Amino acid sequence: MDVAPRPPDRGALGRAPSALVPAVPFLWLAFFFLVPFAIVFKIALSEPATAQPPYRPVFDLSQGFEGLREAFSQLSFYNFTLLLEDSLYFSSFISSLRIAAVSTVLLLAIGFPIAYAMAKAPERWRPTLLMLVILPFWTSFLIRVYAWIGILKPEGLLSALLINLGLISEPLQIMNTDTAVFIGIVYSYLPFMVLPLYATLEKFDYTLLEAAEDLGCPPWRAFWRITVPLAMPGVLAGCLLCFIPVVGEFVIPDLLGGSETLMIGRTLWSEFFSNRDWPLASAVAVVLLVLLVGPIVAYRDIEARRWEKAQ
Amino acid sequence: MSMAVDGRRRGSLAIGAVRRDFAPWADPGAIPLIRFEQVTKRYGEVTAVDNLSLDIYEREFFCLLGPSGCGKTTLMRMLAGFEAASEGRIVLAGQDLSGVPPYRRPVNMMFQSYALFPHMSVERNIAFGLEQDRLPKAEIADRVVEMLRLVQLEPFARRRPSQLSGGQRQRVALARALAKRPKVLLLDEPLGALDKKLREETQFELMDLQVKLGMTFLVVTHDQEEAMTMADRIAVMDHGRIVQVATPGEIYEQPASRYVAEFIGDVNILEGKVIAAGEGRCTLAVADAPEPVSVAGVAEPLSPGREVALALRPEKLVLTQEEPPPHTPNVFAGTIWDIGYLGDWTIYLVRLASGKTLRVSRANVTRFVERPLSWDDKVFVHFAPEAGVVLTR
Repeated sequence: MDVAPRPPDRGALGRAPSALVPAVPFLWLAFFFLVPFAIVFKIALSEPATAQPPYRPVFDLSQGFEGLREAFSQLSFYNFTLLLEDSLYFSSFISSLRIAAVSTVLLLAIGFPIAYAMAKAPERWRPTLLMLVILPFWTSFLIRVYAWIGILKPEGLLSALLINLGLISEPLQIMNTDTAVFIGIVYSYLPFMVLPLYATLEKFDYTLLEAAEDLGCPPWRAFWRITVPLAMPGVLAGCLLCFIPVVGEFVIPDLLGGSETLMIGRTLWSEFFSNRDWPLASAVAVVLLVLLVGPIVAYRDIEARRWEKAQ
Repeated sequence: MSMAVDGRRRGSLAIGAVRRDFAPWADPGAIPLIRFEQVTKRYGEVTAVDNLSLDIYEREFFCLLGPSGCGKTTLMRMLAGFEAASEGRIVLAGQDLSGVPPYRRPVNMMFQSYALFPHMSVERNIAFGLEQDRLPKAEIADRVVEMLRLVQLEPFARRRPSQLSGGQRQRVALARALAKRPKVLLLDEPLGALDKKLREETQFELMDLQVKLGMTFLVVTHDQEEAMTMADRIAVMDHGRIVQVATPGEIYEQPASRYVAEFIGDVNILEGKVIAAGEGRCTLAVADAPEPVSVAGVAEPLSPGREVALALRPEKLVLTQEEPPPHTPNVFAGTIWDIGYLGDWTIYLVRLASGKTLRVSRANVTRFVERPLSWDDKVFVHFAPEAGVVLTR
């Protein structure tokens, strides 16, 4: 039997880089997620104050251990109970989740056929099609959303076009409504739905559909029994990539939505900047985060189980 | 016309291994189960199948054999319904299949890649086709168990395809295709993904299965050994046409053309010209032989002066160190150019005076040889008049 040659011992220094590789994402998360989260969480437990910064207590190390203990004792969950008491926050959350859920369904309904057509397109066309999907990223997100105002407003391009075609007689009143928000979200997030779906469908073995047909399964049924279950990882990834940022979306509802379009991102913004109530805004942010971590953990769990099953 | 070329029979002498009392193709009254009637398939400029006609009979184990790109897979896919014929029609059990979608055809296919559904267990894969027919649950369960037993995979019923070995996956694919009891089972390179040992075992299992189930099997393969072992009849294909349809024995011993002779097994081809012919015998002038060569068992009438090829199988040549006695027909003198020892056989390449090399094979029937042949030995090669096949195409 051959014995695999042992890798040369490079000593502690030589091994260090490979030991550090897994540490990089952890350090990244610690510095740019955990530490800021701890700060935000601390602010959420504080109370607003007309001061700089606009909350109390402020941890002051110069006051020594006693000062810190004093500051800690002033922290309370008052802001979180406030979130439960005032129905504005609750309905903002519900409305955000509803808008995100409807948008995700719309995105899936539009994105799946696009991704499917791309995956079935001749191979030489695929890089071009992929390019076209991500091409909008070359322009600023903000500019693209502003452009929709020009299209959707009553005297905008869409109304003008439809009136000229004789399809409608009155200008469309969709600007500053939920409809406009949905249009904006679907437009902006479509690549995030299409790309993971395409990645899954491109690897899909289409002889499986032939096999299903050969066994007496008509194509439409084969789609539900073979294609959809096997595209599930892409569907889940696409839905998460859209749903999570849409829940916290601020720019689109602010620019395209009306005053009645309630979304948690907007509530957050007005708490921070209009009311200058940082502690309450931080509490909203913390609750939002906890709500959104839920689906990610669930997704990870599903993926882990799928992986286990495949072994 | 590229009509099927019938294998010719030589009087009462049998050729190859035959299933006794099974030769529906030789019975003019027999009605074929599958008829390809002047079928053509074009992809743009490329003609994949060229005006091809072929009859396949019930309970036949039929092989389509040819190199890749010869149209054999296209022909099978047309029968399964995945491709539509550009011209001609395909009739199965009296029904014209034109316009019938794959999911309504009474044929099932075992795919080359097996195409097992990765998200379903073995039993769910096998049940899939039965569920499409809306059979009662109990019947489906019974049939799945029966199929699992047939392919000896009962302990693996709840496994996923990814948890099986290649040979086991092949069995699942087979069971899934057999579960609906199709009129014809189509097998696309069924053994292509298996290693050599498993392939040989599986060949015999497939043959047993086919006889046991009394089903018609149509196999596409590029592996001549596979076709020779399993098939009742073989259709050798080349460039979208069938060049010969016959039993394995006839294909080997009575090839219809040079292409067939060279595609199946090893062969020595000698160019020659007819000197005299008649009553199934002929004499040829062969450039590589000093004296005229006599051949018996000639299938078609030949006229003197015709350019022909003489096909000689390596195992039908006799190799000796002593000069054969006088009046031995068809003797060539030469030297051993190269030797390939295979254990069961030894292959000798004998260089003739003309510079031509003959391939001669000898079975190693004894373990020890008194005077083994070696490189550069002077040797003689001769063959019986019945050993050679005269090819005009």
